[in-house]
Amino acid sequence: MNLQAKDVLGLEQMSPDEINLILDTASDMKKIVTSKMKKVNYLQGKTVITLFYENSTRTRVSFELAAKYMGAQAVNVSVSTSSVAKGETLIDTGITLDSMGTDIIVIRHNQSGAPHLLAKNVQASVINAGDGMHEHPTQALLDMYTMKETFGGIKGLKVAVIGDIYHSRVARSNIIGLTKMGAEVHLYAPSTLMPTGIESLGAKAYPTILEAVEDCDVVMGLRVQLERQKKALFPSSCEYSRFFGMNAENMKGAKKGALWMHPGPVNRGIEMTSELIDSDRSAISRQVTNGVAVRMALLYLLSGRKEA
Amino acid sequence: MRTLIKNATIAHCDRIEKNMDLYIKNGKLEAMGKNLQNEADRVIDASGLYALPGLVDAHCHLRDPGFEYKEDIASGTRSAARGGFTSIACMPNTNPVADNTTVVRYILDKAQREGVVNVYPIGAVTKGLEGRELSEMGSMKEAGIVAVSDDGKPVVSSSVMKKALLYASQFNLPVISHCEDLDLAEGGSMNEGTTSTIMGLRGIPSSSEDIMVARELLLSEYLGLPIHIAHVSTAASVELIRQAKKRGVRVTAETCPHYFTLTEKACLGYNTNAKMNPPLRRQEDLEVVAEGLKDGTIDMIVTDHAPHHRDEKNVEFDSAPNGIVGFETALALSYTYLVETGVLTLQQLVQKLAANPSKMLHIDKGTLCCGKAADLILADFDSEYSVDVSSFVSKSQNSPFDGFRVKGKVMATMVNGQIVYEDTTPA
Repeated sequence: MNLQAKDVLGLEQMSPDEINLILDTASDMKKIVTSKMKKVNYLQGKTVITLFYENSTRTRVSFELAAKYMGAQAVNVSVSTSSVAKGETLIDTGITLDSMGTDIIVIRHNQSGAPHLLAKNVQASVINAGDGMHEHPTQALLDMYTMKETFGGIKGLKVAVIGDIYHSRVARSNIIGLTKMGAEVHLYAPSTLMPTGIESLGAKAYPTILEAVEDCDVVMGLRVQLERQKKALFPSSCEYSRFFGMNAENMKGAKKGALWMHPGPVNRGIEMTSELIDSDRSAISRQVTNGVAVRMALLYLLSGRKEA
Repeated sequence: MRTLIKNATIAHCDRIEKNMDLYIKNGKLEAMGKNLQNEADRVIDASGLYALPGLVDAHCHLRDPGFEYKEDIASGTRSAARGGFTSIACMPNTNPVADNTTVVRYILDKAQREGVVNVYPIGAVTKGLEGRELSEMGSMKEAGIVAVSDDGKPVVSSSVMKKALLYASQFNLPVISHCEDLDLAEGGSMNEGTTSTIMGLRGIPSSSEDIMVARELLLSEYLGLPIHIAHVSTAASVELIRQAKKRGVRVTAETCPHYFTLTEKACLGYNTNAKMNPPLRRQEDLEVVAEGLKDGTIDMIVTDHAPHHRDEKNVEFDSAPNGIVGFETALALSYTYLVETGVLTLQQLVQKLAANPSKMLHIDKGTLCCGKAADLILADFDSEYSVDVSSFVSKSQNSPFDGFRVKGKVMATMVNGQIVYEDTTPA
């Protein structure tokens, strides 16, 4: 079995079988990531370009390493150093990269739908590494991988997602992916950061954090985007941490052995206390490791598709 | 040039007359009746066709001067003619802005030389559309404007809007208000709702329109002066206007075909040809807009013809400009979605697309009367066809209606007795 589509634009278009395939492949890849000799030749002769219109450290490095561990040529194009700054359109940039023989373009963009526009206009496979407030499929895949690794499966899990849902592509992709795989998703956010109609994606919004996390296997905190604070979507970081932050006290209702997750970078003491971040039940660094494995799996499956 | 049109069904704004002949001479409609025998240079057999007064569009963008790569007066008026519009009022958001007599005269001169339909410029309410100082409405009225509007933007300051209503009324100029609370719209690019949430796009709440509609109604009521509300798209705005009309507020209102045919779902797939301002709303809004047309709350249908170059729309959704082309689909969409469905009679459609906009703009158009300029169209309302954007004569093709099956095809358009458009495709 292989991936059907040329591109990975979001989990919306992906079937549960495809998600399982990626997660299973990732578990083989994790062995490579955690071994001493991190080099295989699955992507030898392939070119992967990371095209980033937004700042990112972990996602970009994660993709770059994933490509390099498998022997691909990996090139990073970031906005400030390319002709993008000269006003070139996304489509023209894509066609240029295409013309250089690129096999896979990994794009992060501040506008929702940008990867879809790119995908329509290039022959290379396009992987969405986060578009605006829309989707961040590889983050949700690595989150699901981490859950599966911990609990043995995803079906029937109760996962609470806490924080700025409105601006979060991580939240959207997780809601879509988790509900597709049979998990139950609970949401809690300051009401100014809870988007209208989010429940149509299959999640349920709760009025209090205690109700949201009750009996949950996983509680995922989302990053507070402090740079958006000028819009006054909540009164202060201090008030945020008091009413919307995760701490040992308000996590008591979660299941015994529940996992604390966070896509990073984490604002310590705001969305989650250091006590939780540094505890045994925190999966935050494991999520990062799994991110490389999941991205290797995706790159591998996409390049296999092309040869098929 | 004398033309005799035979055997048409005439759709007036108040009645339908069958088997009628129309005789046109020296640019004027000379006679209407049965079995006319007048001598003519050309006889047109209009059996099976309807004759309507030339349509009047109270709201379009011709992009000239300044954005001729999107549209110019020559192409825009030809596009209007193909859509059956014989008189069009163009918005002032050109470059330079039509906030002075020089630009107004430029538009009128160019329309005279290169245009094929009657062009009526609308002047800016405020200088540079900046919402601060009133433009020279009096001088522009002398130069030929028929209304004032800062369309594309609201007049943010209530105080400036109050002054605008007062000052414009002195020159008998209608004030057309683009209703949007920009602060509340907060840079959104589509309607706020489930679809915007799923697509991860910033939403524009419907209340951002309603709040401004309410302000305009209150100002109009307070001053006892008329106001015209542009492109109504929400259920709540329709209800606000309905109530205001009951109280005797001097308000008129318009909507566009896209607000009674499409919902926000048309944006799915990041379709920038469904991006416009106000944004496409929910099914509920669409139904209430149609009700508003039926009960007379909404007086007229306008196109808000807003051409944009292909390259400008072929970008990320947030970066794409607002607006769609409208001339060449307006009649068909209105007929298919309002008359065929029984919301309006054909006569009522003629009111909404011809008589009422003329009344609002105080121009002597929109009806078929002997002795008046022969501005009329022949239309086929029986055959179904597909909208094909590649056949548009507009310079731009940014329409979400490509491939829509519709009825209502303009077969010929006559302005001042001259045929300016004729459908030549084989039946």
